[in-house]
Amino acid sequence: MTTTTAAEKVLDYAEALASFDPVMGLEVHVELNTATKMFCGCATEFGAEPNSQVCPVCLGLPGALPVVNDKAVESAIRIGLALNCEIAEWCRFARKNYFYPDMPKNFQTSQYDEPIAFNGYLDVELEDGTTYRVEIERAHMEEDTGKSLHVGGATGRIHGADYSLVDYNRAGIPLIEIVTKPLVGAGERAPEVARAYVATLRDLLRALHVSDVRMEQGSLRCDANVSLRPRAEDQQAVPFGTRTETKNVNSLRSVERAVRYEITRQAAILTGGGSITQETRHWHEDTGVTTSGRVKSDAEDYRYFPEPDLVPVAPTRELVEDLRGTLPEPPAQRRRRLQGDWGFSDLEMRDVVNAGAVELIEETVEAGASPAGARKWWTGELARRANAEGRDVADFGVTPAHIAELDGLVTSGRLNDSMARQVLEGVIAGEGAPTEVADARGLQIVSDDGALGAAVDTVIEANPDLAAKIRDGKVQAAGALIGQVMKEMKGQADAAKVRTLILEKLGVS
Amino acid sequence: MTSDITRASAAELADALSRKDISAVEATQAHLDRIAAVDGAVHAFLHVDTDGALAAAKDIDQRRAAGEDLHVLAGVPIAVKDVMATKGLPTTAGSKILEGWVPPYDATLVSKLKAAGMPILGKTNMDEFAMGSSTEHSAYGPSRNPWDLERIPGGSGGGSSAAVAAFEAPLAIGTDTGGSIRQPAAVTGTVGTKPTYGGVSRYGLIALASSLDQAGPCTRTVLDAALLHSVIGGHDPMDSTSIDAPVPPVLEAARRADVKGMRIGVVKELGGEGYQAGVRQRFEESVQLLVDAGAEVVEVSCPHFEYALAAYYLILPSEASSNLAKFDAMRYGLRVLPEGVDDPSAEQVMAATREAGFGDEVKRRIILGTYALSSGYYDAYYGQAQKVRTLISRDFAAAFEKVDVLVSPTAPTTAFKIGEKLEDPMAMYLNDIATIPANLAGVPGMSLPSGLAPEDGLPTGIQILAPATKDERLYGVGAALEGMLSDRWGGHLLAQAPDLADLTSAIAKEARA
Repeated sequence: MTTTTAAEKVLDYAEALASFDPVMGLEVHVELNTATKMFCGCATEFGAEPNSQVCPVCLGLPGALPVVNDKAVESAIRIGLALNCEIAEWCRFARKNYFYPDMPKNFQTSQYDEPIAFNGYLDVELEDGTTYRVEIERAHMEEDTGKSLHVGGATGRIHGADYSLVDYNRAGIPLIEIVTKPLVGAGERAPEVARAYVATLRDLLRALHVSDVRMEQGSLRCDANVSLRPRAEDQQAVPFGTRTETKNVNSLRSVERAVRYEITRQAAILTGGGSITQETRHWHEDTGVTTSGRVKSDAEDYRYFPEPDLVPVAPTRELVEDLRGTLPEPPAQRRRRLQGDWGFSDLEMRDVVNAGAVELIEETVEAGASPAGARKWWTGELARRANAEGRDVADFGVTPAHIAELDGLVTSGRLNDSMARQVLEGVIAGEGAPTEVADARGLQIVSDDGALGAAVDTVIEANPDLAAKIRDGKVQAAGALIGQVMKEMKGQADAAKVRTLILEKLGVS
Repeated sequence: MTSDITRASAAELADALSRKDISAVEATQAHLDRIAAVDGAVHAFLHVDTDGALAAAKDIDQRRAAGEDLHVLAGVPIAVKDVMATKGLPTTAGSKILEGWVPPYDATLVSKLKAAGMPILGKTNMDEFAMGSSTEHSAYGPSRNPWDLERIPGGSGGGSSAAVAAFEAPLAIGTDTGGSIRQPAAVTGTVGTKPTYGGVSRYGLIALASSLDQAGPCTRTVLDAALLHSVIGGHDPMDSTSIDAPVPPVLEAARRADVKGMRIGVVKELGGEGYQAGVRQRFEESVQLLVDAGAEVVEVSCPHFEYALAAYYLILPSEASSNLAKFDAMRYGLRVLPEGVDDPSAEQVMAATREAGFGDEVKRRIILGTYALSSGYYDAYYGQAQKVRTLISRDFAAAFEKVDVLVSPTAPTTAFKIGEKLEDPMAMYLNDIATIPANLAGVPGMSLPSGLAPEDGLPTGIQILAPATKDERLYGVGAALEGMLSDRWGGHLLAQAPDLADLTSAIAKEARA
């Protein structure tokens, strides 16, 4: 049986903020999208058959040795540069020693006191148009662990399971951990800052092409540290409170909600005269609460020491400058430029960004679509579908060229919206490019007067009451007749033309 | 003649093979026969791969018959310390925790032996995870010194050196973390070489202490060591600490065998108090031979060597405690369920397995290392030890400004009796006092026989140390000295060892019991 902790007492958010000043620290883990793992040549493809992408090195077999993946180091440097960090001239890996069933060597090869990138910042735009500067403590390299599957229990947790299976495909995938300095002064906007920071970081990483940044697949994961300190005249003189660390929050919305929840939970405890326990906490998406995990009162002793199996990493300044030259236009700046070019409202642009569709729309427009058409398809139909099926739009096999072609078929008058959606279905089903699908499925707006006229006559005949109303000048009743004609024509009629014909035939035009 | 074949050096065997005087199958079979005859008493091997070795030998014979251009050592059999991963062959590192584990891959060094066409006779005994100086810490029982079966053959690579000294294998692979090739060589009357750190790939070597471990040749002659060094040395992209440079010209140096005009430093701090009189005497005689041959010999001081043992016994356990964490009963090797627990947790299974699977010495060092690395003590222990390590490297650098090589006795005493130091870890650790500095600094070292100690008639060894990557100097000095000592002792020292074949099977029975 699992223990489902009832939601703890929380304080009203406004009251909490009136009495306390939240301080946050955010740790974001990013899985890099290198073709091979951090310390060996194994593939990193997501979703492969369990334990099909493993070798003696990533399984930590006796005798096997790691070798650093240069591509991962380059990605780490580019991330560091994009976060305005200094890049270490010389740094090392360290061993973080702890026992963990998913970890082949029972130590994680990571960086400790000598990270590859440190002392940076990321400017984050908030809803009200202001900017909050998130200071970055460090970005360091490490390897991911494997994944356990506990079989036989009711809950899927280790407790009560008959046996456990471990998949080491993920073990050794390169990770970058980005750690902020304490974020102070955000006040009531702290949850929003947390969300905006992760969103901005995600956009930046996407633009760098260093990660898939799919939070739902765990390639971007956020741990949120939150503490409160009482409001005072001189807030800077008040020391930080005891913090909790909420682990593995895996959506932007959850980051915001989890921080908000922790603020109200801690405020309730402190107001009630209690004290905060330093611990890790788990976020529950369904109930919107955090629950206690491991208590950190006896701080883990990881017995860090320099990894003796690896030589130090010493990127030359030439390499660093070369990599600086590969940095993309900062996403915020780029977004402003594109928004202007496309003529989108702020709200429309935000939808586009949230759907992760900036690049798709850019390419679709380049392929000849109107910006509005491109936006409609990527953030409308495709995003909705992806969301409903828990997939990524990229998985549909629909290219910007497809959407541009589809948009062209609509604007040229060959397809109406519902037909275009059918064509898109066909593209997703692998039936070919939009024109091919439309041809194969016989989709084409019928604007031939003869065929339409016959259908209109049939419908008028079948609905004498409606026809009479229209003749009497109640033109809005034509809508019902148009609908029936469309039905008759299996949706392929040119609606505007049908309306004209009906009104003509009833002598009201 | 079988006994002649096993008495031949690897170089002689290679000549006979290339002239087709003997076949690889004959050479291999002769050694397998010798193993069958004497290993019951010596216990140099943990696993003998009769079928695999003969198949490899047969393959070489066919290729030679077909006129293929073969490696000079093709067909010369070899024994490999059980700490190197061998695909399809059990590999235990002398530990119960790995009993029955068969690696799915070959160590780089093993791949190189196979590529050279060298049949692998089997895996040799060792102290558990290479922790020890006597091979008494093997979970599978001690190996015995062919000079006196009551005595230890050194450690941790006692099995490899004993196999070579007992004529069970012409060549063997050892690993040297603090002297585990050189000290066994000294007490068995053989040649042991620790190449420069990074000179031979560590990929596939089950790590004891990653920053100290180095695999190398165990042989009967300096030339054989050079031949084997040439096979196993060189850069390996799978080991990021391996040196990206060609193998030093060790073979040329061994053949040149000249010390005229060389500057040789006698390390003041190695060879004084605590050294057996006979060991010192044979060492001093060897130094005199070098002087007679035209070398310039001077005394050199390395003041920080006195802290080497302390630093070593902090760094080694620290790294070992981390390296051995992977043996957790989850994926391979032993799994022991705790007694009296109905539904044990993973942690309980792990604890029970480690309790049953690790020997006392391994547990001792894991605890030492865990303590030395823990957050409150890191600076006081591990951090300080690393500073000492730097100072020792500077001592070497300063000494090598003045001289080409350094010399000292290899081990302070001749082989001690089995059981004699088992209850006294410090006494055991002191046996490596002369060999450890080379591992801390990563410089190459060699031990070769310097004669028999007058008081007990057992072999003594002289150690030669050279600057990092200048391994060829060991071979030049070593081969010259070997020639002079051979003249003085009337041939190879091992000719004076007791003939194990004459021993009654009673000893073998006793050893098995």
